[in-house]
Amino acid sequence: MKNENLYNYILGIADNSLILGQRLGELTGHGPSLETDIACTNISLDLFGQVRSYYQYAAKIAGDNRTEDDIAMLRKEREYVNVLLVEQPNTNFAYTMARQFLFDVYHLLFLQELQKSKDLTLSAIANKSIKEVSYHLRFSSDWIKRLGDGTEVSHQKMQDAIDGLWTYTDELFHQAEADIAMVSEGIGVDVTKLKEAYYNKVNAVLEESTLQIPESKWFQKGGKKGIHTEHLGYLLAELQYMQRAYPNMEW
Amino acid sequence: MTTTEQNIDQILIPILEQVSDPEIPVLSIMDMGVVRTAVIENDIVKVQITPTYSGCPAMDVIGDDIKAALKAEGYKSEIELILAPAWTTDWITPRGRKALEDYGIAAPLSAEADKDVLLNGKRLVKCTNCGSTNTRLVSQFGSTACKAQFQCDDCQEPFDYFKCLK
Repeated sequence: MKNENLYNYILGIADNSLILGQRLGELTGHGPSLETDIACTNISLDLFGQVRSYYQYAAKIAGDNRTEDDIAMLRKEREYVNVLLVEQPNTNFAYTMARQFLFDVYHLLFLQELQKSKDLTLSAIANKSIKEVSYHLRFSSDWIKRLGDGTEVSHQKMQDAIDGLWTYTDELFHQAEADIAMVSEGIGVDVTKLKEAYYNKVNAVLEESTLQIPESKWFQKGGKKGIHTEHLGYLLAELQYMQRAYPNMEW
Repeated sequence: MTTTEQNIDQILIPILEQVSDPEIPVLSIMDMGVVRTAVIENDIVKVQITPTYSGCPAMDVIGDDIKAALKAEGYKSEIELILAPAWTTDWITPRGRKALEDYGIAAPLSAEADKDVLLNGKRLVKCTNCGSTNTRLVSQFGSTACKAQFQCDDCQEPFDYFKCLK
């Protein structure tokens, strides 16, 4: 492939949204209330929409017969480069919202920078997505506050969720090989520079929600290199089932 | 291609106006502002459409419907989906806004009023049933990606509000 770094860079962005979109999609018909069910699946739909734009572009860059569906559905687990945070399961609603919030804050900061990319396709996708992601962040922040500053039980559940997921936040700011190459070409976003703004924003919302900011300095990593937690395999089994069972099927 | 101007051939307008948004059948895609370009080049109509939201499942159907409408008038066509410049609710025409309201969907407010309504709980959205602004936000996400759920506290009617996108 002529432009392998760009291809891999796009997957690095899109895989996060694909896997998180799939997790949220699992809640279709299973949300805790009608409104939250619809909200989660709406967010899922936005993410899938963004993913399609990214994978279509990646397929074009690959320049072989690969389609967006091949990229989304037919890779092996080790070939997905999403961060570990987004593949964590929907343990309970506090957990689902904490995962969403910890990703949304990053996602918005990331897209604000990607808008300035020299690559016009990426900057257009960022520009389009940013409006949608602002809504996602608004929704998830709201739930952090409602549960965190809610009843004793809801507070404890949200605190447990934040404590449990905190270990996956640092990886958001690690650079893969393709990231470094794309930053140097003015195409990619230097994620290391987003870290401070990220924790400032996250901490501000947690404080407002009467939640403790975890002190742990031990962080998990590996997703960006394709080394995942045990949860991703199960997710992919469901995501890929139709394409594996009926190769080349179309709707 | 970063112009916000539309480039649509006059002859094609009546044909394109017949195509409606599959999720809001009273609204023509022209009034929705999703058609950005429609020009005839070498006997082929080249159409560029832009999605309201990235994941809008209506876009594939809209593309097919445009093709069918043009074919019925004897035109071959090519449809292209473009992302830049990003669609905004400002592109909905006054006729489109009226069609939305008649259908029971409150048309988007200005960006500032929209924020007040969705973030600060202000009561500014007009009920599509009784016209009262004594309405409240039920959920920021509604039946489709572009809408939020509202309820009127005067007549109790639940209705959709088309979120401002700018």
